[in-house]
Amino acid sequence: MSSKTQQILDRVVIRFAGDSGDGMQLTGDRFTAETASLGNDLSTLPNFPAEIRAPQGTLPGVSSFQLHFADHEVLTPGDAPDVLVAMNPAALRANLGDLPRGGVIIADADEFTKRNLAKVGYPTNPLEDESLESWALHAVPLTSITVAALAEFDLTRKEKERAKNMFALGLLSWMYSRPTVGTESFLKRKFAGKPAILAANLAALHAGHAYGETTESFAVSYTVQRAPKAIGTYRNITGNLAIAYGFVAAAHRAGRPLVLGSYPITPASDILHTLSGLKRFGVTTIQAEDEIAGVGAALGAAFGGAIGLTTTSGPGLALKAETIGLAVSLELPLVIVDVQRGGPSTGLPTKTEQSDLLQAMYGRNGESPVAVIAPATPVDCFDAALEAVRIATTYRTPVILLSDGSLANGSEPWRLPQVGDLPNLHVEAPTEPNSVDDKGNPTFAPYLRDPNTLARPWAVPGTPGLEHRVGGIEKADVTGNISYDPDNHDHMVRTRQAKIDGIDVPDIVVDDPSGDARVLILGWGSTYGPIAEAARLCRAAGAKVARAHLRHLAPFPGNLGDVLRAYDRVVLPEMNLGQLALLLRGKYLVDVRSHTAVRGLPFTSTEIATVIHEHLEAL
Amino acid sequence: MSIDLGMPTLGTSGVPRLGEDESQTKKDFTSDQEVRWCPGCGDYAILAAMQGFLPDLGLRRENIVFISGIGCAARFPYYLDTFGMHSIHGRAPAIATGLATSREDLSVWVVTGDGDALSIGGNHLIHALRRNVNIKILLFNNKIYGLTKGQYSPTSDVGAVTKSSPLGSVDQPFDPVSLALGAEASFVARTMDSDRKHLTATLRAAAEHRGSALVEIYQNCPIFNDGAFQLVKDRDEASARIMQLVDGEPIRAGEGDAARVVVRGPEGHLAVEPEATADPARVVRHRVNDTDPSQAFALSRLDDPSFAQLPMGVFRSVSRPTYDDGVRSQVAAAIDTAGGPADDRALEQLLHGHDTWTVSD
Ligand SMILES: Cc1ncc(C[n+]2csc(CCOP(=O)(O)OP(=O)(O)O)c2C)c(N)n1
Ligand code: SF4
Ligand SMILES: [Mg+2]
Repeated sequence: MSSKTQQILDRVVIRFAGDSGDGMQLTGDRFTAETASLGNDLSTLPNFPAEIRAPQGTLPGVSSFQLHFADHEVLTPGDAPDVLVAMNPAALRANLGDLPRGGVIIADADEFTKRNLAKVGYPTNPLEDESLESWALHAVPLTSITVAALAEFDLTRKEKERAKNMFALGLLSWMYSRPTVGTESFLKRKFAGKPAILAANLAALHAGHAYGETTESFAVSYTVQRAPKAIGTYRNITGNLAIAYGFVAAAHRAGRPLVLGSYPITPASDILHTLSGLKRFGVTTIQAEDEIAGVGAALGAAFGGAIGLTTTSGPGLALKAETIGLAVSLELPLVIVDVQRGGPSTGLPTKTEQSDLLQAMYGRNGESPVAVIAPATPVDCFDAALEAVRIATTYRTPVILLSDGSLANGSEPWRLPQVGDLPNLHVEAPTEPNSVDDKGNPTFAPYLRDPNTLARPWAVPGTPGLEHRVGGIEKADVTGNISYDPDNHDHMVRTRQAKIDGIDVPDIVVDDPSGDARVLILGWGSTYGPIAEAARLCRAAGAKVARAHLRHLAPFPGNLGDVLRAYDRVVLPEMNLGQLALLLRGKYLVDVRSHTAVRGLPFTSTEIATVIHEHLEAL
Repeated sequence: MSIDLGMPTLGTSGVPRLGEDESQTKKDFTSDQEVRWCPGCGDYAILAAMQGFLPDLGLRRENIVFISGIGCAARFPYYLDTFGMHSIHGRAPAIATGLATSREDLSVWVVTGDGDALSIGGNHLIHALRRNVNIKILLFNNKIYGLTKGQYSPTSDVGAVTKSSPLGSVDQPFDPVSLALGAEASFVARTMDSDRKHLTATLRAAAEHRGSALVEIYQNCPIFNDGAFQLVKDRDEASARIMQLVDGEPIRAGEGDAARVVVRGPEGHLAVEPEATADPARVVRHRVNDTDPSQAFALSRLDDPSFAQLPMGVFRSVSRPTYDDGVRSQVAAAIDTAGGPADDRALEQLLHGHDTWTVSD
């Protein structure tokens, strides 16, 4: 191996940034996989433009991927990078502001041409004008070295240039002592039919590695020790993939087919893509003509006894509202996934936000309560999918699962479960009449409820003797006949609410090592990571702060009111203008303090730590 | 769910039938709910025809599902003792698509109105038709919004004076048959509430067709658009105007000296001429199975608001792959290739993916 020195680090945050066409997401994914295989804990966050290819070399066209890995538990993708890989001037300009002074910059010097500099308003070349003095700069002619390394290959210059991301990956892999075997087998799968391209990519990867080992400008390489983790087999997984797999597993554990009705929308489309490839697991996907038809198809399938699922983002949830209301009235199981993005309207399609909470809770006509659940991390998306199916099928209700852009595309290591240990989601399908009519003949009462869950029977077509009609017009309880009776309507509205309120959800758990903290910091959804990390930072600095995380938003956990009232101050960071705070203040009369930001980006833990300190001081 | 990879050919293939010794009557299909349409509404006749026809279809009652949208017509499922869903305005074809795709063993019917199907639900209608989902769509056309008390609809004639068009409608209407043909429908027919025999025969043909069937049913609304179809209901007028579509036969109306027939004009378009003087070489014969929809489409354009000549019956009935069979066969083939339904191990393999690592201490 190399004669160079090796240093041990406890954590590193790397950001790969380049033009949308430079393959930065792939580079980041591969570096992540290499890192995961070493047993570091990690968390990732891609950040890319909504345009497929914004004009080359411009600021709007910059795509980036950030990875945080460490020898200890990692809760966030990292507030700020330690290392920035900038494949062109635009990538440097767009990301330099986030890189603390002293950080490492690895830039592709070949791309810093007059023309490219001008595109982003650099009057002189920052790699040469000493404006980057405060950073550790490595200006490497990545493109030309890659092309030179591939001189022997019978490929066009363009094709050779395209391998420069593999060169960069090879270099970074050397720098952080990552193995490249996983990437090699990945490339072999990806370019199975294109031997020349495969060979070029492998050669570029090796050339990058060798470059680090031999060139003088890189004097040190680093290692990060394994993070202590529970025994088991692990993989790395994004939130969207975890959701897709979660529903496949849920249907498997329910013994029913999964039927997805969906219409493509960022950042939810990946779930449709994944599920459309899982027919082998009995999964049916219907790419509908619009979101309304997507949820309609899911509801139709649920009426037929399948696990009916629809996936979308905020604008699509708006379109589905009327059908979700119908499902509330029909009292059929239905799961709606909303991968939230910046709004209103088209908003920020590729950025994250938590601003659909009130839409999920109340965005329908009439009193139409549904269950709402929000996963905390990419891995939790898997369990949240199973939980959503459990609630939907047990209580025959629509359930909205609120993910968001950062969970969807972010990733972290996942300790793989044994399928047999997953919850058993089997629910009995009725086969016999459940009542008798005036004349004493057996009959089926479609709205005769289970006294515990208040669920009505999920009787499916094809079951003799259980023929019945459902519909969105108010139904008489028990018989299901159309009823305009005022008392019945009042009863049904309250019963549907009571059914949701009675859903069995676990108590919220408070984490307070001090045992006598006076400030509680509360989160929901993807703010889990930054908030937990912030609490850790504050505690390390000697502060007493309690922390709790809400996963069930409808109904709230039974002990939530008591928990909130137990603290002098409750602080609630949200990526909206205080939607959960509004609900908690209304329901529990607790003066919840909001901290809000809607920048399309996750909170940083330092930002939240500052907020905690401010509140501690104010007490 | 059983899957037939050999692609079934009948609309009711795969739906359990009554046993040899079993039979059903109209009463079996009549629910205990009081029918609440206005007196004289055409919907009664359609319901009676359906209740009379379903026992003959020979399918098990529990395997029949009616899904409707919103409107007067959409109350239909409540009165049939099958499975049923009265859904929301315009969306029944989408809901039926999900049900029919996931349940091969069901006979799925959609009941919709001219507003439900062609205004708010227009998008779902055309996509259900182009996909050729095995559902039967009955479009009750009364050329008015009945349930909301009489506004003009997408089939109301230009000039129609209604609650919301006091000076006459300026909206150009759709012809549902033309629209369906343009949307790639594989089965399109037109029939009338008051002609029980014709209605029943058309329902039967639709039920037997594998794929989407669109049946436009002229339906009188005596309250808000009474007499909209009077010209083609009056016995004498009807025979002079209605052209019954019979496969392989000339398309004609009227008797004796007044008889008229459809011919192909010199420019290729269809025209109607007195039968006595029509050039026999130019007389058009109906080709219900023609894969080229242009003649069926031209027939659907012969008609106008004056009902000078109105083709009735099955315009088009062609066999092409259905969406739901296609979806099911892909799923079945994937399961088959994998060696059977997924067990826990197969699922674990999926979850593991390609890049795993193990922590053992
Ligand atoms: C979303 C929505 N918009 C509007 C309505 C009101 N609405 C109910 S039925 C109807 C028109 C029905 O007309 P049509 O489909 O022709 O049925 P008909 O009553 O004539 O049988 C309208 C506009 C509704 N129920 N839902
Ligand atoms: S309003 Fe017209 S369509 Fe509706 S029930 Fe009355 S008569 Fe029938
Ligand atoms: Mg109408």
